[in-house]
Amino acid sequence: MMTPASDRSPQPPRPGPVSGGPPPPARPDPWEDAALIAALFAVDPAGLGGVCLRALPGPVRDQWLADTRELLPPETPRRKIPLHVSDGRLLGGLDLTATLRAGRPVAEHGLFAEAHGGVLELAMAERVRGSPVSYLCSALDTGEVVLERDGIALRSPARVGVIALDEGSNEDEQVADALLDRLAFLIDLSPIAVREMGDVPYSVADVTAARGRLSAVSISADQVNAICETALALGIPSLRTSLHTMRAARVAAALDGDLVVTDAQVSLAARLVMAPRATMLPYAQPPESEPEPPPPEPPPPDQEGESEANQEQRQDPLADQVLDATKAAIPTDLLDRLRLGQLRRAKVRSTGKSGQVQQANMRGRPAGVRRGDLRPGDRLNLIETLRAAAPWQRVRRAERERGQAQTQVPATGTPGGATRARPRTLPVPNLAPRVEVRKDDFRIQRYKHRSETTAIFIVDASGSSALHRLGEAKGAVELLLADCYVRRDRVALVAFRGKTAELLLPPTRSLVRTKRCLADLPGGGGTPLASGIEAGLALADAVKRRGGTPLLVLLTDGRGNVARNGQGGRAQAGEEALTCARLVRAAGVAAMVVDTSPHPHPQAKALAEAMDATYMPLPHADAGRLNAAVKAKAGL
Amino acid sequence: MPVPFPFSAIVGQEEMKLALLIGAVDSRIGGVLVFGDRGTGKSTAIRALAALLPKMRVVADCRYGCDPEAEVGVLCAECRVRHNGTPFKTKQVPVPVVDLPLGATEDRVIGALDLEMALTRGEKAFEPGLLARAHRGFLYIDEVNLLEDHLVDALLDVAASGENLVEREGLSVRHPARFVLIGSGNPEEGELRPQLLDRFGLSVEVRTPQDLATRVQVVRLRDEFERNPEAFTEKWKRKDAKVRKRITDAQALLPAIEVPDHTLEQASRLCMALGTDGLRGELTLVRAARALAALDGDTSVGVPQLRKLAAPALRHRLRRDPLDESGSTARVDRVVQDLFPA
Repeated sequence: MMTPASDRSPQPPRPGPVSGGPPPPARPDPWEDAALIAALFAVDPAGLGGVCLRALPGPVRDQWLADTRELLPPETPRRKIPLHVSDGRLLGGLDLTATLRAGRPVAEHGLFAEAHGGVLELAMAERVRGSPVSYLCSALDTGEVVLERDGIALRSPARVGVIALDEGSNEDEQVADALLDRLAFLIDLSPIAVREMGDVPYSVADVTAARGRLSAVSISADQVNAICETALALGIPSLRTSLHTMRAARVAAALDGDLVVTDAQVSLAARLVMAPRATMLPYAQPPESEPEPPPPEPPPPDQEGESEANQEQRQDPLADQVLDATKAAIPTDLLDRLRLGQLRRAKVRSTGKSGQVQQANMRGRPAGVRRGDLRPGDRLNLIETLRAAAPWQRVRRAERERGQAQTQVPATGTPGGATRARPRTLPVPNLAPRVEVRKDDFRIQRYKHRSETTAIFIVDASGSSALHRLGEAKGAVELLLADCYVRRDRVALVAFRGKTAELLLPPTRSLVRTKRCLADLPGGGGTPLASGIEAGLALADAVKRRGGTPLLVLLTDGRGNVARNGQGGRAQAGEEALTCARLVRAAGVAAMVVDTSPHPHPQAKALAEAMDATYMPLPHADAGRLNAAVKAKAGL
Repeated sequence: MPVPFPFSAIVGQEEMKLALLIGAVDSRIGGVLVFGDRGTGKSTAIRALAALLPKMRVVADCRYGCDPEAEVGVLCAECRVRHNGTPFKTKQVPVPVVDLPLGATEDRVIGALDLEMALTRGEKAFEPGLLARAHRGFLYIDEVNLLEDHLVDALLDVAASGENLVEREGLSVRHPARFVLIGSGNPEEGELRPQLLDRFGLSVEVRTPQDLATRVQVVRLRDEFERNPEAFTEKWKRKDAKVRKRITDAQALLPAIEVPDHTLEQASRLCMALGTDGLRGELTLVRAARALAALDGDTSVGVPQLRKLAAPALRHRLRRDPLDESGSTARVDRVVQDLFPA
């Protein structure tokens, strides 16, 4: 499609990879690439998985979507998934209204089944998490949707292509990785200005012809090799990307009217599919002085024949050509984005525990009910629902009986009237509901979930600290405890001395127990600082999983001298303590360090910095200020 | 229904395939956890296994799929009534491989009051959940690390006891639910609680292959499959049939396999050297080793099986060490090398 010979193309020859040009290809025009992707996607939506379209709503995005729509044959189904779609609407399920009316289960199809053979648009894709993502992934993987809901078992084909509309404005907001992995193309339309938009050089007729040709298009073994090699060189681990590239190359050939994929089409596919996913730049051209460039990957030592084949491939100009074409399209700010990506990953990992947010409407104390539709995760309050339905029973029964065109029954039947009416409906007793519940009656349980704070005190009870001011530290903790008690926060106590850290008190609200525990705390011995932080962090993790908010308060002079294996040694102990402190930061746990040494010490301060914690030197921290600091940290 | 990718056509990932086969041979293994990169064929392998498994015989009309040859004690309440001395009417069905979608609610998993019956007929009836459907088969949870903890707890509890007890909304129902739990996930998206890790029998790490030849082969086979699934499946049918036979043979052989005292001792020494808490690791290691011997047609279990299964059976039971960069697999390998030098 990108060969100048293509008679269909009203555009001048593309700056893209025209076959066999030794000079590195120029940076391709973003709109032209986007338009090409629209055509490729239109040919094989399900095979390519889809497109992630990063752009704010606006004329450029609208144009791209309109172009894509025009390329798809007119009978192609298109559906849009709104952000807060219910599972039932997405997958299909029991049509509750129809079911209640009919008195027997009535199934309805979901969006997946409706879009079979066509395209699904996912609105605000960057905010979609959880079950809709996993449903999409499973539909993309299997090409069908399996329904096991509401007593209905239904299997319907759902071969769809997805257009994920990513409206994320910063790096924190991105489409779920699992979904991105299954979409062949990532397009960023945001840098494209309205005046830069051109026409799409293909028509529906081209797309239809290409669809007919696609299954006959073949790709050579060398070309597959080149694709896989490029993926390795660009650090793209997922094999789905290689598959998508291959598929895109075949679609490109079909669109061009070829039955054999050309090298230029492989380059194009690699550029469109792989460039946005590169996680490393291919090793630079080695300087003349360096004899051997580091190979991108060591060949398996035990497979003599294979490694030879690899060697051969590496000298193959095709792989280089594909790599060059792809390199040209790699975003220039790759390194920045990589760093951001890593940051994001680190963050995701720390908050990665299953949705604390999701659970919010399922946990906590019951707090009344609300009317409304049953959404996923809601819990129906049966009693309240029945209570809501009860007053209407007589009216509804009368209505139904009138509707059945039976003998006249008084509309506002007396109890006697109602019982007299019943035998008439008994010939079909299974269909006559004893209680008529309508959708309006549904009452959904609401929960109030208060995220409680658990202050975890990690107290340094070692010799060095004890000598100075274990007593003062205890005093400070006691003051804080009183305050925690007022706020109904929970408190836990971890102490470290000698060789290990010890959980003295699991999270509790008992002030008395905590005080007693603290008073009995002996001092002396080495300072296994790293173990102390580690124990505190483990506890913080457990608190978080239960939906609470942990706060670490570390009271130490920062001078660790016992490593985690119980061996002495200041250097190793200090190193380990810093590493543990960094883990605290990575986990995103709020923390403060109270320096208990007589003079503020750089070690404790460094520790606080590594933890991203507030630093409070005790000599300056009278109990009142300490208290205020904890309050501020806990966000209260 | 789309054709699943043939099990025998999955390139590499030997440890994962072996763990799944072991689960198919001995369901008491206690579940398989598959953790690793995206796009490594985790789901593919499990769906492929489903297509491969030999059919099983169930009591006709039993909605829990009871085994007609099982002892009365493990039958469901309805089958116990049906039992009354005469042989059951039976039928053959595929071994269930039930997908547990993320976002599933507890009532759908465990079973609950049949809302429709309650609303339309005012009757209290139990609607079996996914656990009931997975009885005698596999329950597959993709992204198990993202599943809510309380749900995973409930699952593991049922998986361990083999029985699902429902006490809710005024219902009291008990039915058998023996299944192999298979969880998969990507550790980058969230880790699994250590307590949960320990409840899985085997744990497998999958990595994207990094050598070109393997990658090319994967891509080629996958492409061939996608272009014509039926022809591809036909081509691999005989190899799949071989794997199926390997499973049925192993199932038949399993009861006859002996575990010598010496091997038990070796397993204990291995677990002690690694400092795994509790007996679960040891038990799983020996059971898995037996299943492996059965798969290979050996009649006795020895060091070779222990060596091969030490990592999958034990790596997730080590005490977590946030500062040890080498990872638990390397730690297990080190100890195995020390104890059983090659």
